[in-house]
Amino acid sequence: MKEIIQYFKDIAFGIKSLIKGMRVTGHYISRPSKIITQQYPENKETLQMFDRFRGEVVMPHDENNEHMCTGCSACEVVCPNGTIEIISKRVEMEDGKKQKIIDKFVYHLQMCTMCGLCIPACPTDAIVMSNDFEHAVFDRSQLTKILNKPGSKIMPGIK
Amino acid sequence: MEEVTSLESQEYFINMGPQHPSTHGVLRLLLSLDGEIIRKVEPHLGYIHRSIERMCEYDSYQQIVHLTDRMDYLSCHINNEAVCLGVEMGLEVEVPERVKVIRTIISELNRISSHQLWWGVMGMDLGAITSFLYGFRDREMITDIFEETCGARLTMNYNIPGGLMFDIHPNFQKRTKEFVEHFKKTLPEYDDLLSNNVIFRERTVGVGKISKEDAISFGCTGPTGRASGFSCDVRKHDPYSAYPQVDFKEILAEEGDCFARYKCRIDEMWESLSIIEQLIDNIPEGDYKVQTRAVIKLPAGEYYQKVETARGEFGVYIISNGAKSPYRLKFRSPGFSNLSALNKMAVGGKIADLVAIMSTIDLVIPDIDR
Repeated sequence: MKEIIQYFKDIAFGIKSLIKGMRVTGHYISRPSKIITQQYPENKETLQMFDRFRGEVVMPHDENNEHMCTGCSACEVVCPNGTIEIISKRVEMEDGKKQKIIDKFVYHLQMCTMCGLCIPACPTDAIVMSNDFEHAVFDRSQLTKILNKPGSKIMPGIK
Repeated sequence: MEEVTSLESQEYFINMGPQHPSTHGVLRLLLSLDGEIIRKVEPHLGYIHRSIERMCEYDSYQQIVHLTDRMDYLSCHINNEAVCLGVEMGLEVEVPERVKVIRTIISELNRISSHQLWWGVMGMDLGAITSFLYGFRDREMITDIFEETCGARLTMNYNIPGGLMFDIHPNFQKRTKEFVEHFKKTLPEYDDLLSNNVIFRERTVGVGKISKEDAISFGCTGPTGRASGFSCDVRKHDPYSAYPQVDFKEILAEEGDCFARYKCRIDEMWESLSIIEQLIDNIPEGDYKVQTRAVIKLPAGEYYQKVETARGEFGVYIISNGAKSPYRLKFRSPGFSNLSALNKMAVGGKIADLVAIMSTIDLVIPDIDR
């Protein structure tokens, strides 16, 4: 007799537990405003990323096509994956002195782990992390980027 | 014609994985079966081995930190903290109180987010897609906090030897309080959806038992060990960062079955919430890092630092010979030891039980393989 009562008790407990669970899902079905899903490709225009989000390394240029990179290679040394490669050259300045400037600031996006160590390492704040996260391209060679724009110069006064 | 005398079955082998959805990664289990009864489970590792320990021997101490993100990616901040604490121990640097408190808050947030993902995935392993969506809904708020303060959602790399990479975002406290309020309301839903569900209980209660003695001898830590009654919380026994100043209790259970492990993690989320509540209003003012040298050289010697991740005890053992990178670095990962107890738990059960057991051990394969 005891077993039979226990058997029906178990069934009652089971049904009760299922109804309890269904009540939670029913609660959210009837309140669509509580759903937090983002419609990603559709909301591209309004999508706001957080300022600190680490998307990729970029080198800001001002309106005169000037950047702040001195070619000191601090970021190249601190990078754990060999993502940054700086090719520098020596040029003769107007006052006759020879100075080392960057020829190419090569950034291998395919090797970058977005650890962000290069940003605080830069003594002149020449590189920053952008918020852009859509890195998909059709060919691997497009991921190797040259960050200094063609014809760009170093900003005057930066040593 | 030969007479069939008995219906004895023969033992046979099947492979579970490496590409099996319920192994949560590339883990291959060689099952020795008798019908549907498991006779032996043999894990085969190495499918996601990246030789992180070897890579550490060539990297500077600042660079090692970001590699630990890639091991147990669900508790990456806690892994980072372990390396940083180890290096700080070698340098004999005392970090400011502010750093300790912020590290503790983010560690606890990280633990909650890891347990939320585990809860969702566990439901999905047992056939309930609903829980997956609910777990990820709450986890989204934490990843937003991480994204705003640390700059990334999963592999945060927020710790550096000597402190933090940058100060907390002005919105950090507000958002964390919002999350705590929100999660206090939604955590009881977890009980309604899964813990008290009759199907879930049938599949977890009494399944995959492991005794306290076995848990200790296999080195099970974290909720896996504590569910068997093995008191192993590093936060309690060997406190680091701001844990000495907070009041929390270590969750222990006696049964050692799947449901006990499940319950331990759910209760741990409540404890983590209470730790965050105690600290979030009391973040002391001060610097967010101490300036270390650009090239860190640890004095020659051996340093061991252990922390409590979401899965158990994570240890970093650094052997330094005074150079700028360690001579040898060994990680003690909780997943590896917990996996070794899988055979003990699963023998005698069915294949479906094995899925439940693997879920409750909460395996992260990159943590096991490194």
